[in-house]
Parts: sequence; C-alpha cells; structure tokens
Amino acid sequence: MRGNINDHIFDTIKISLLVFLVFITLLPFVNVLAVSLNEPLDTIKGGIGLWPRRFSTINYMDIFRNPHIWRAFLNSVLRTLIAGLLHTFCTAMVAYTLSRREFFLRIPFAVIYILTMYIDGGLIPTYFLFRGLGLVNTFHVYWVPGITSAWNLLVIRTYIKGLPESLIESAKMEGANEFYIFLKIIVPLCVPVLATIILFTAVWHWNYWWDTFLYCSSNVELSTLQYELMKKIQSANAAMSGTSMTDAFGMAAVDKSGSTVTPKSLRAAMTMIVSAPIVLVYPFLQRYFITGLTIGGVKE
Amino acid sequence: MVYTTTLRRSAFMQKVWNQKFLIVMSVPFIIHIIIFRYLPIFGWIMAFQNYKPHKAIFDQEWVGFEQFKLLFQDSYFFQTLRNTLAMAVIKLVMGTVFALFIAILINETKKGLFKRTVQTVSYLPNFISWVVAANLVLEFLSPSGIFNQFLVTIGVIKSPVLWMGKPELFWWIIGWSHVWKTAGFGAIIYLAAMTGIDPQLYEAADMDGAGRLRRIWHITLPGIKPTVIVLLIMNIGHLLEAGFEQQYLLNNGLVQDYAEVFTIYILRYGIQMMRFSYAAAAGIFRSVVSVTLIFIANRISNKLGEESLM
Repeated sequence: MRGNINDHIFDTIKISLLVFLVFITLLPFVNVLAVSLNEPLDTIKGGIGLWPRRFSTINYMDIFRNPHIWRAFLNSVLRTLIAGLLHTFCTAMVAYTLSRREFFLRIPFAVIYILTMYIDGGLIPTYFLFRGLGLVNTFHVYWVPGITSAWNLLVIRTYIKGLPESLIESAKMEGANEFYIFLKIIVPLCVPVLATIILFTAVWHWNYWWDTFLYCSSNVELSTLQYELMKKIQSANAAMSGTSMTDAFGMAAVDKSGSTVTPKSLRAAMTMIVSAPIVLVYPFLQRYFITGLTIGGVKE
Repeated sequence: MVYTTTLRRSAFMQKVWNQKFLIVMSVPFIIHIIIFRYLPIFGWIMAFQNYKPHKAIFDQEWVGFEQFKLLFQDSYFFQTLRNTLAMAVIKLVMGTVFALFIAILINETKKGLFKRTVQTVSYLPNFISWVVAANLVLEFLSPSGIFNQFLVTIGVIKSPVLWMGKPELFWWIIGWSHVWKTAGFGAIIYLAAMTGIDPQLYEAADMDGAGRLRRIWHITLPGIKPTVIVLLIMNIGHLLEAGFEQQYLLNNGLVQDYAEVFTIYILRYGIQMMRFSYAAAAGIFRSVVSVTLIFIANRISNKLGEESLM
C-alpha cells in the first residue's frame, strides 16, 4: 500500500516535470510569435506574453515588401536544395566505391577521409584558400567546399556493406558498369539512409550563416535569411552596449508604406519567418530526424 | 627481370583499367578533399612568418616562433582560453545532466500520445539555428521580456533587469540556453541505451519491493553508465572546438570579457585586424590542444575497455 502511494507521488511529479519541459520549450517561441503579431508601437510598452495585445501584420508586411529579403530567401532555398542533394549524391557515390572490396585505392582513400575528422586547417588558412580559389563572394562557396564529408560517408558505407553482395555480383555478370550499379541498385536500396542524410544536410544548410558572414558579407545579392536575421541581432547587441546609435532599443522608424515599425518587432517577425520551414516540416519528418541519430549519429 | 616488371606493370594497368569506373567516381572527390581539407594545413607555415597578403607564401618574412611568443604574452589570449574552457565545461556538465534527467523521465512514461508529444516538442529546438535560438533568448531575457515580467510579478525583483548586460551571468546564460536547445534531443541517445537494459532486472526489483526511484538508481543509471562515460570522454576531446555561434550571437560590449572564445579571438585578430600570422598561430595552438585532447580521451576510453572512439 505504501508503495502505491509513493508511485502515485512519483507519477505526479514526473508528469508535472514533463509538462513543464514542454511548456518551457515552447514558451520562447510562442512569446516571440505574439510579439511578431503585435502592433510595434504597442510592443514598446512591454508586457506581451503568449498572445498579441493589439493584433497587426505590419511587421510581416514590412519584411515581405523588402526585396533583399526575397533575394535572401531565394539564396537560402537554393543553397539548401543544391547542397543537400549534391552532397548526399556525391558522398554516397564515393561511399560506394570505398565499399567495394576489390578497389585497390580503397584503404588510402578511406584514410584520407577519416583523417579529416581530426585535423583542421583553421579559419585563417581556409580563408586564404577560398580567396585564392576565387570562391569569395560567389554562390559556389555555399556548396563547393562541403561536397562530401567523412562522417556521412562512413554512415552510408556502413549501410551499403549491410546490403547483399550477390545483387552487385549478378549485375556485374550481366555486364553492368559500376556507375550503373550505383545508380540503379545501390541508390534505390539506400533510400532510408539517404533520405536522412539529405534532411540533416538540408537543415544544416538552411541554418548555417557563418560562411555568408565570412565570405559573402560584402555582396548583398548572396545574403541568406539566417544572415539577415544575424545582422539584426548584431545591431540589437550593439545598441544594448551603447556602441552603436543606429538601432537603439525599440527606436521606431517609418517605413516606405507609412506604417511605423521597430527593430524589435521586425526581429521577432524575421525570427518566425526563418524558423517556420523547420518548425512546419519537422513534425511530419520526425521519424527521419530521429533515425539520423540512431544510424550512426549523423552530425551537422 | 625486365620481363616480369613489364608483366607486373601491365597487370597493374589491367587492374586500373578494370576499375576505371571506381576511379572516376572517387578520385575527383579525393582531390577535392585534399584541396579543401589538407591544403589549408600547409597554410600553418604562415604562423612562422609575418604574412602580408600581397606577397606569395614563400616570399614572406620568416619570424620563427615570434607570433607564438606574442600570443603567450597577450592577456586577452588567456582570458579567451579561460572563457572557452569554462563555457565548454559548463555546457558539457549541464547538457549531460539535463539530457539524462529528461531521458529518465521519458523512460518512466508509458507509450502513448503524452509521451509522443513530449518527445516531439523536446527534440524540436535542436533543429532550429542558433541565430533563431539567440533571438529567442534575447527576447526572453530583454527588459520588457517575459522573464522579467514574471520575476516582477512574483516579487523577486522590483524592476526589470538587463540580464544580457551582466558579465557574471553570461556563462550561465550560455549554459541554460544550451540546455534549452540540445538537452531534449541529447536524451535520445540515453533513451536508446535504456531500451537495451534487460527488463527482467526491473521485474526482479519489483519482486524485492523496490520503488521507482530505487529502480532508477540501481538499474537504469548503472545500465547506461558505459554510454554516459563514452559520450563524456568523446566530448572532452572536442572541448576546445565546442561552439562559438552561441557566444558570437549573444555577445555584446558589456559582457565581452566573459564572452570571447577562441574562434571569435582568431576572427577578430586575423580577419578584422589583419594580423593573419598571429591569428594562424592561435589557430595552431587550438588545433594542437584539440588533437592532444582527442588522443588522451581515446586512450582513457581504451583503458576503460570501452569501444575505441577513432
């Protein structure tokens, strides 16, 4: 009997903690969503909680009217699609060649890949390399440097090694070449692992801003959504420490259409726009997001 | 003699010809990896020069270990080292503790809609960018934000506080925001380890009249100990590489002395102040310490009889 009461207390505490976990995870999202949908001048008064006080879409309208944002959106989508698909295809192709036991360059090539997981040239030499190769201020900087990666290669190779060898052997008997075997036999069989890697790579590219910041910051045409939001954060931080007067706290400005907007509210709307694709897609593809971890902890 | 060499060579050429598809499919990417991942390592020689961008790399002035001497004389460098290590350790400890805690709570919950909802929600922040997360943090902690509102309402503080401007709190803000963003997803790996625990152990414990807490303490935690140890060791190896995005995005002039980490230091000296060789020297220091840590971590895990990490 005593045990039952203890179990009951345990369950109550456990469920309260889990409910609190869900609440605290969602709270910042909902709060910023409320701010983004609130009238900017009203937001300055503070006190916006989980629901907008004076509903308004001015913040979103102002962002959507900005052609730079559309350009940045296009770049984000392009880099996500191109890099996600190309990276997965190329990495899978190399993974296939390194899974062929008869390939005489298999060992040295695998070593070349594996070592990249432990060594790193560092920021400055890499910067000069990119400059030397003419990648700076071009779109290519978004997909060329990461066309293959050691970690994903190992994950795909492990998966391919688990496939029946006889499939490849019989295709070879019929005179199929290695590229044909890869394309027509290996790729279809690897769909689960490839889908997960496409997803992780795409999310990574959608979220990444460091390369835009380092290599493309002087070309507005190459900006991405994350970088646009990052610039807004930087000016907010600069305003906080008083090192910049350009973007002081909640300082209002009248935009082109005559409505009043504030940096704080625009930042909130921008945050929602930038995270929307992930938040909307995630619940449907959750299975792939999680298998990503279990098939070998696909990182980044 | 000549004959066998030719024969061997032709046998080799035959092999190359037979595997021409495999070669064409892999060699371009190997060349790519060598250019993008190995070539920058040769750039390390910059650290022993006084690099000026308009000259070729071998026409530069050689200065030996001068840049390293300057580096070790810079008090900012040690401050950066302190910040990097302090935040890495805080994140590692808090991240592990909370991920374990969440995993245990989820593991103790029966399958169903509630469990699924908790899992879906708690994994989500891991997939949004740090730019978005940083913005949520700034908004949450801003003077007019929801956190100040809450504290004022319950009477803990009289008027709103500029939390982001308090240097002594910066490391903890980094720690807590790290927990918020990653602990839920981090729990998956411990949950997976928990499913590997023999259910008979739990049944036996039930027979002996052990309560839920005792079962967690005596069965669940010992059961996932190897996983926790491997992950801890692995993360120690990557201590110096651990994140800069968070610090870069949440940094502001008021907390700079506690926020600057290695990558930001290198960026500031190298690209913004154009002291390329100096920054490259700082980069080498970081890489050497990192690789050493990885090897030490690997040795420790081998000693403990766990699976090698390399």
